[in-house]
Amino acid sequence: MTLLSIEGLGISFGGIAAVKNVSFRVSPGEIVSVIGPNGAGKTTLFNMISGVYQPGSGKVVLNGEDVTAMSPHLLARRGMSRTFQNLQIFQTMSVLENTLAGYHLQESGPVLADLLNLPSSRRRARAAEEGARALLKRVGLERAAEREAGSLSYGSLKRLEIARAMALKPKVLLLDEPAAGCNAVETEEIDHLIAEIAASGVAILLVEHDMKMVMRISNHIVVLDHGEKIAEGDPATVSRDPAVIAAYLGAEHAAG
Amino acid sequence: MRLSVKSATLLTLLAFVVVAPLFFPSSFYYRVGALIFVNGLAVTGMVILTGWAGQISLGHAGFAGIGAYACALAPEHLGLHPALAVLLGAVISAVLAWLVGRPILRLKGYYLGVASLGFGILVSMVLNNERDLTRGPDGIDVADLGLRGLLKDAGLDLSNGQFWYFFCGFSLMLGAWFALNIFNSPTGRALRALHGSEIAARTVGIDVPRLKLQAFVISAVYASVAGSLLALQNKFITPDVAGFMHSVEMVTMAVLGGVSSVIGAIFGAAVLTLLPQVLTVFAEYEQLVLGLIMVLVMIFLREGVVPSFLRKFRGNEA
Repeated sequence: MTLLSIEGLGISFGGIAAVKNVSFRVSPGEIVSVIGPNGAGKTTLFNMISGVYQPGSGKVVLNGEDVTAMSPHLLARRGMSRTFQNLQIFQTMSVLENTLAGYHLQESGPVLADLLNLPSSRRRARAAEEGARALLKRVGLERAAEREAGSLSYGSLKRLEIARAMALKPKVLLLDEPAAGCNAVETEEIDHLIAEIAASGVAILLVEHDMKMVMRISNHIVVLDHGEKIAEGDPATVSRDPAVIAAYLGAEHAAG
Repeated sequence: MRLSVKSATLLTLLAFVVVAPLFFPSSFYYRVGALIFVNGLAVTGMVILTGWAGQISLGHAGFAGIGAYACALAPEHLGLHPALAVLLGAVISAVLAWLVGRPILRLKGYYLGVASLGFGILVSMVLNNERDLTRGPDGIDVADLGLRGLLKDAGLDLSNGQFWYFFCGFSLMLGAWFALNIFNSPTGRALRALHGSEIAARTVGIDVPRLKLQAFVISAVYASVAGSLLALQNKFITPDVAGFMHSVEMVTMAVLGGVSSVIGAIFGAAVLTLLPQVLTVFAEYEQLVLGLIMVLVMIFLREGVVPSFLRKFRGNEA
């Protein structure tokens, strides 16, 4: 069963094609990774799927609905959630509040109720807080809940972003380099977390530079080079593919 | 136990409203106090709009003008009670803010600053030039609220200055309570989130233009009610209330005291309302001193006076 289907997606910036005709599918509980050398167009592809950029061509289909170029907040309503390569944390808010922001769709109600601090408003906020604290526990940040997010270490912020994205109870989770800049221990923690999330039935689309991690946890790998898909398949197939080796190590290695 | 920001702010305000009169050298200071509270109410709206939602308005005096002139015109022409005129002004301000903000806030960036600037100037021009209705730059009389008379009948005899001092003081506390309710509510979190990172806010499902619009409308109502209170206590109002300088003053007060903190912004309002009274001796240099203070605050206390000092205080504590 396909949950997210990418069909011939492409975009150009100033006449230069950043991504060309890329297609693949993601099913619930599956971890699909997009890999490729720097500048291959991975993040651009992510930004098109998550509605940040308008694709020049192609379609994004989520749960049978064409959601191409739909605004991110509407995609969130349809069950898509994401993290960012260069962290997008609400710096001056507490760790708990950052996670609560992920509950926006579940906890927001009439402004007037919030203004008057009506019981309905407090009830919504309380329910969200319980969920948020449980999520923080899951990513190992429960003791930092009241700290200002800006004061956390890089690895903790990465996990906070995942907690915030999980707060939406997404069907599809897009993770843009969740382990970038993390040390080996932190990477392994994030590794486990992602596998756990996938096991709960969430479809995961991952962009990651850490090859070991990608090979370890992916069910399916899509390889991009110069904006085009050059290979796809399970980790074993992809790692043997001559085109992939050429893209990563240079053509002479592949020939030799 | 540590007090929440909400309780701490409201208790500070209550203590000030009640205790300050004990130190007034003359009854004139009731009037200055009432002015501080009115300005404090207007800047509390600025905290929601600028401090939390991250949007700038350079035309909020326009809404104050609408609130003020609603109290001048509605009782005379529509036969409304002045209290209902306050409400009418607030509704008109809210609708106009919605109309101005809706197309503008879809755009990213500081377009609201420019659009609101234009709006404020427009209101000011109408108030100055529609002489048949507004009597123009000379100003217009405003009906009595009538509440002081009611209190007198009930056995509470306050002088005019005292009445407006306490009435504005409690209005400010009510306004601060509303704002602080928002701060910790889902709406407030969403506002602060979109200020922190608009793209991340959108990906968690926050309808960014809609939230910004809500903040703009709410802050417009604050300014409108503040304008109404000013007109009602003076029983007279001129178009200056809607002037560009008044808009700038509101922003300056909020930024000076701390635009992301309700008590900070109110402190800013207090300082900038008091200074001209204190500086009357060398009135020629008033603008110079104000300018200098602003520059120094922006260099050394960028978050505003109150948040900067609170941070320092807490830093030492730890």
